[in-house]
Amino acid sequence: MAIFLNKDSKVIVQGMTGATGMKHTKLMLGDGTNIVGGVNPRKAGTSVDFDGTEVPVFGTVKEAMEKTGANVSVLFVPPAFSKAAVVEAIDAEIPLAVVITEGIAVHDSAAFWAYAKAKGNKTRIIGPNCPGLITPGQSNAGIIPGDITKPGRIGLVSKSGTLTYQMMYELRDIGFSSAVGIGGDPVIGTTHIDALEAFEADPDTDLIVMIGEIGGDAEERAADFIKANVTKPVVGYVAGFTAPEGKTMGHAGAIVSGSSGTAAAKKEALEAAGVKVGKTPTETAKLAREILAG
Amino acid sequence: MDLFEYQARDLFAKHGVPVLAGEVIDTPEAAREATERLGGKSVVKAQVKVGGRGKAGGVKLAADPDEAVARATDILGMDIKGHTVHKVMIAELSPEIEAEYYVSYLLDRTNRTFLAMASVQGGMDIEEVAEKTPEALAKVPVNAVEGVDIEKAREIVAQAKFPADVAEKVAEAMVTLWDTFVAEDALLVEVNPLVKTKDGRILALDGKVSLDANADFRQPEHEALEDKDAANPLEAAAKAKGLNYVKLDGEVGIIGNGAGLVMSTLDVVAYAGENHGGVKPANFLDIGGGASAEVMANGLEIILGDTDVKSVFVNVFGGITACDEVANGIVQALELLASKGEKVEKPLVVRLDGNNAELGRKILSDANHPLVQRVDTMDGAADKAAELAAAK
Repeated sequence: MAIFLNKDSKVIVQGMTGATGMKHTKLMLGDGTNIVGGVNPRKAGTSVDFDGTEVPVFGTVKEAMEKTGANVSVLFVPPAFSKAAVVEAIDAEIPLAVVITEGIAVHDSAAFWAYAKAKGNKTRIIGPNCPGLITPGQSNAGIIPGDITKPGRIGLVSKSGTLTYQMMYELRDIGFSSAVGIGGDPVIGTTHIDALEAFEADPDTDLIVMIGEIGGDAEERAADFIKANVTKPVVGYVAGFTAPEGKTMGHAGAIVSGSSGTAAAKKEALEAAGVKVGKTPTETAKLAREILAG
Repeated sequence: MDLFEYQARDLFAKHGVPVLAGEVIDTPEAAREATERLGGKSVVKAQVKVGGRGKAGGVKLAADPDEAVARATDILGMDIKGHTVHKVMIAELSPEIEAEYYVSYLLDRTNRTFLAMASVQGGMDIEEVAEKTPEALAKVPVNAVEGVDIEKAREIVAQAKFPADVAEKVAEAMVTLWDTFVAEDALLVEVNPLVKTKDGRILALDGKVSLDANADFRQPEHEALEDKDAANPLEAAAKAKGLNYVKLDGEVGIIGNGAGLVMSTLDVVAYAGENHGGVKPANFLDIGGGASAEVMANGLEIILGDTDVKSVFVNVFGGITACDEVANGIVQALELLASKGEKVEKPLVVRLDGNNAELGRKILSDANHPLVQRVDTMDGAADKAAELAAAK
């Protein structure tokens, strides 16, 4: 099972022929991902050899889907061209588009989100500015290192890439059903709530770890959702307690404005929903262990 | 990036939002000519990126050019809530005001859409209006693809219950304000107050604009709007090297990879500091995924150049990047700094985990640098770095 991505996922890469796309397509193939094509209108009809695996390049997402049955696209498209690339994926109605690109202008991400909504949300968008998602042992769509951990029964959803890796590492002996990096931008497609809902429904997930950070109110809303809808145990971590007001901490969305978006408010909301919140990533992992040990 | 009022005024004017004449100056004497150009009277307005400047005495009327010079002399150099006034705007005197309104566009993160806000109760702090009389503040979602045309603007104005005699003019201003919002890749455009004058005009008297740095690639003119005077010198140096750095007020220098991990590192160091005399993190610095020797050297150089820093904590989780590369990066960075004649005297605590961590740790041990200590857990390393900072 797992969520959003499994061994049957057929993955294409928009921006595969760029340096980043090449590097990560190779890594994803190494993790067993079924990559069926790349998209680049200027290189349509050619193919790229990844250590003996020939991956064809198509002119459009639509063509790639028709010829290969692809149902996931991973985007390594530079920020200036990302909006057009995501809109193309939405028009082709690919079920899942994973936008890795960092630095997309908010007017562009707000526009492709509005467009996806107007088209009936047939395409699930993950990201932008995210590490993608991995279902260990089955498929990897993005840049999460495939060798940190193994298949297991923890589900992970996180705004941060490196904290995702850190948490997978802390709990590597237990393993993960799926780990989803939803990204740290102000406007993102898939939210904590979407992932929580999917993990709640996933029979292969026993416990959910949720990682948040300062900015916005996604964690507070996730807390409300957990209270009302999640029966599985949830362990949380929030980064940014020491972040000063008005300063963007790396991620475009990680900013405390006035009294809103603080880590303290998020922790409080999660704890009020029955979520055990760790003070550090290591303590959070320990809380997860204790719950799983019964 | 938040702009000064005069910069917001200029952008409003550029996109057709009705504003009064005004120009920015930074010497008292320049107030004379500027006021003469406005016909002999002006308003002298402190340019600071903080609210409440009127109450603080940062906005004064000048009945003639001499008085403008006197008022500019008073205001330049004034401290308003910790912000020193370096510039004043000499603005045209407003015609008599009959009513003050509020209008803005901003990003609604929660609903992943844009939002128009409008109220006939302008002039005061809008958060106060939202709290005390929420019914007086209309909030209308704006679809990012459809935008705001005159029809949509009329809908916003109607929801905010603007009086009939100004409704159409306000709607027209709302369209030009939307044009500003989109054309400038703004995260916020706010006019407060938008006024109705006795002679029947609608004017944007004061405004706030915040711009999206991610759009810089298509906004070449935005670079000139940056307030280079206000930037912390360390932040400016880091920016010049392409580093993602924020200066904080503690003693433990922080370098890490990935925004989330670095934010978390700051927290863990602050907790550890509670047991070591209250030391705190001195900065946020994310060197990103690559963490090459050069980037590491650039980062270390900035942090070691911060006189507040007493110890340094390098916290790296090897994801795609292998820890042996990171360890080599640290060793080479220290050599590079030494070869440039930089004195490295502050202790470094390094924690490497993840991909090829064993190999990376061995490289650090073999290098046996007198200032570098290895601690293999994040919490343990934070504690060591805090302890070293407190001991200095």
